Order: sequence, then C-alpha cells, then structure tokens
Amino acid sequence: MIRAATWAALVLLVAAPLVIVFGMGFGTPIAGVPPVIPPFGAAGWQGSFEAWSLLLADNFYLDTLLRSLRLATVTAALCLALGFGMALGIASAAPRRQALLLALVLLPFWTGSVLRMAAWVGLLRDGGWINAVLMQAGLITEPLPLLYSEGAMLVGMVHGYLPFAVLPLTAALTKRDLRLEEAAADLGAGRATVFLTVTLPLAAPAAAAAFLLVFIPAAGEVVIPEVLGAPDSMLIGRAIWGEFFQTRDWPQAAALSTALLALLLIPMALYQRLSVVR
Amino acid sequence: MKRAFLALGLGFLWAPVLLMAAYAFSESRVPFQWGGFSTRWFTALAANERLLEAAWLSLRIAAASASLALLLGLALGWVLARHGHFAGRPIFGALAGAPLVLPEVVTGLALLLLFVGLQALTGWPAQRGAMTVWLAHSALGMAYVAVLVQARLASLDPALEEVAADLGASPLAVFGTVTLPLIVPSLAAGWLLAFTLSLDDVVLASFVSGPGATTLPVYLFSQLRLGMTPEANALAVVMLGGAAVLGGIAWVIRRPG
Repeated sequence: MIRAATWAALVLLVAAPLVIVFGMGFGTPIAGVPPVIPPFGAAGWQGSFEAWSLLLADNFYLDTLLRSLRLATVTAALCLALGFGMALGIASAAPRRQALLLALVLLPFWTGSVLRMAAWVGLLRDGGWINAVLMQAGLITEPLPLLYSEGAMLVGMVHGYLPFAVLPLTAALTKRDLRLEEAAADLGAGRATVFLTVTLPLAAPAAAAAFLLVFIPAAGEVVIPEVLGAPDSMLIGRAIWGEFFQTRDWPQAAALSTALLALLLIPMALYQRLSVVR
Repeated sequence: MKRAFLALGLGFLWAPVLLMAAYAFSESRVPFQWGGFSTRWFTALAANERLLEAAWLSLRIAAASASLALLLGLALGWVLARHGHFAGRPIFGALAGAPLVLPEVVTGLALLLLFVGLQALTGWPAQRGAMTVWLAHSALGMAYVAVLVQARLASLDPALEEVAADLGASPLAVFGTVTLPLIVPSLAAGWLLAFTLSLDDVVLASFVSGPGATTLPVYLFSQLRLGMTPEANALAVVMLGGAAVLGGIAWVIRRPG
C-alpha cells in the first residue's frame, strides 16, 4: 500500500509535470488566460510545431544553449579545482575542527542566495567597494567595468555553487585510507606523484559527482546571470524565464525546457548512477 | 598548499558576507559606503511591513513544506531501501531522485503547468498562492529526505529489527520503537535541508505563486532589480545570526557526552 501511495506521489509531482512540459512544447500561444491552446483538445490533435521549428532554425536559441553549457562547464571546473583543495584541507584537519570548517563553508549560505548576489553587485558596480578601494589606492583613475560581465557572473556562480563541490569531496577524502598514500611515499613517490597516482584516482568518483552537482543546476541557473550577467549574453535559464514571464509564450518556454533536459539527460543519469545508494 | 586553498576558498565565500555585516552598521544611504556607525538600517528593517510579511509567509511555507517533504520522503526512502526489486523499480528510483538534478527553472515551469492543467480538469487549485508554493517546495524537499532516509536505512543493522520482531513486537511496533528512533538524525537533517531549500527559493516560488503570496526571496529579488538599500545588509546580519544560533543549538544537542 505504501508503495502504491509513493508511486502516486511520484507520478503526480514528478512524472506528470515533465510529460506536460513536453506536450506544452506543441501548444499554440494565444492572448488569454492561460495564454495557450493545448496540443490536444476535444477534437483531438490541434498542436503546432512552431516553437520547436523556431528553436531549431533560430541560431539565437542554439547559441544560448551552447553558451549555457560552456559557462556551466567553466563554473563546475573552477568549483572542482578550488573545492578539491579546500576538501583536502578540511580532511587533513583534526576531526574536531572538521565540523567547524564545514560549518564555515555552509554558514555564508544562510544569508540567502539573493542577498549574496546583492552583495556582489555592491562590490563590483562602478561606484562599488572594489572600484572605490582601487581608486583610493591610486591604482586606477576610471572605475573598471566589472559588473554585468561574464566574469562577474562566473564569480557569482562559483560563490553560489562552491559548497556543492566541497561537501561530496570532503566526505570522500575524509574516508580515504591514508596508509595508501604513506605506502606510495615509502616506496619513493614524490608528493606530486602520490597526489596524481593515489589521492586523485581514489577521489575520482566523488570528483565526478561534485562536477555534475555543480554543472547540472548551473546550466539552468536564472538568478545569478540575471543579477550579475551581461544583458546581451543570454543564457537558457534566463531565456526560459523571459519567454514565460515577459513574452508569455508558454510553448516556447516548454520547448526550450525540453531541449535543456535533453542535453542534460546524460549528465543527470551519470550523477544518479554515482550518487544513489543501491 | 592545502591550507592555502582552504584559506582562499573560505576567504572568497566569506568576503561579501563579512562586508555586508560590516556595512549593515553604516549610516550611509549607499550600500557599501561608510558613513559612520548607525543602527538605522535595523530600525528600517523592523518597520518594513512588506518585508516582514514576506518573511513570515516564507517561514510558514518552509516549515509546512519541510514537514510534508519529511512524510513523503520517509515513505519514498522506505520503499527504496526495503522493497527490494519490484516491477518498475528503476523508473521509481529515477523519479524519486529527479527533483535533485532537474534545473529549478524546468521544475518550476513543469509544476506550474501541472497546477494549470489540474485546475482546467478538476477546478482545483482554484488559485495559485501559498498552497501551490507549499506543494512545489514539498515536491523538491521530499527527494532530499528520501536520499538521506534511504542511506540511513541501508546502513542499519537488520538484527535489531529482527530481535524486536522475534520478541513479539508487531511490524508497526518494530517501526515505531526500533527503526524510527534509529533514523531520527537523518529525518532531522532532511527536515532542516528541506526547510532551508524552501526558505531560499526564488525560481519555483516565482513560477507557481500567484498575486498576494510573495515569499521573502521573491520580494528581495524584485527589490534587487530596483536597486538595494543597506536594509539588505541588515537583513543579512539577522539571517546569519539566526543561522548561527540554530547551528549552535544543533551543535550542543549533537555533541556526544
């Protein structure tokens, strides 16, 4: 009975919404509430392929998708590199201090994602803190155009997603058997060799999980690019948001969502394989 | 080398937060500009009724959705850990884990279309608002609870439950007196995680909410587009203080001995 109930919850809250998104990609936008004619009506099929043909024919959407994947890759790589170093540092601390260090990683999160992005705006804008400090120091005379750029967006993304990389890496690195590294060192391996041939391979599954745990949500991120990114470099999350809230073109938003999901299908399946306890 | 990475990472994570905390006490009307010590932004915060209303709504939705997520996630984790291989098990597992990996913009759009479709078919939900945000956040949170519960159940010693059953406890009594107490830490962690996710969510709430039900992150996001006042810095201090107090309590409770 409990299995039937959980099936019902999953079908209603997870499967059905996704199926509806897929179907909505073949709807027709109208001026009304809701602003759409569904692809199936009383008379049967009444759908259109307009949203999908626009998506596939217009380079704007394809460029947007590719740019999103590229930025998500850079974000995930940066988070992985910095997160790996941090996780090694936490794992090599005394057990009592590990909890404190993890708390220090997580606590900034509690200010909330919107407020943290507001802080970056305050730091990076033309009259902001960083420019003011640099001008006071006499290093620059004109404010640097830091905000609303790809760089500002990457700073925000790494700031937002870094803990997602640190947590799985710390879990894996604290559990590793230190004797393996000692044995390698005893047999004459240098520190770099020990790291590359023992530590890194041991942590590879966790590193892959950490990369995906950042990459997948970053690919569809809305808030950070909206607040910090350049207005002309459109990302897919913002595009879906805009089609829905501004243009009120639900079929286009649904088709873009379906395309994003299709591109993320392999990373999502990989992540589930790496993380799910079976 | 490791230490340097750790210091660099923590410095990066904390720099904007510490600056917010410092400038929350600045007199200046411009955020991040020093104008002498003042607590006027905390006073302004306490008088901002729209913000307080949004914060109160957010807290209620977060508590309610974490609780529903706890129930649903417990059931999901139980089936995943204890029902072995049943027909459709791979699909069941994929659906249970899907909310963890779906981009939030897709989840938001999908749940909105579900609510619109349900309304067209059944007339319910008659309007979108706190109730639909509650359901959306529960759908997200249940996946996190399920993962934690499943992992905990899989690591339990089956002998404990067997002993209770052998001594005559009914399955319900075994669950209530043996299993449940053993998984309480994961349930607490899951509830807190679902609570946090709900409290910080902009995207799902923007999609599935209606007029009159503005959560705190949605309110702040709209304010951010208009330009932020130093009130935001004061709010960050309040949130950080609340989190530190909660974290301290959890630390004291969990400390062995």
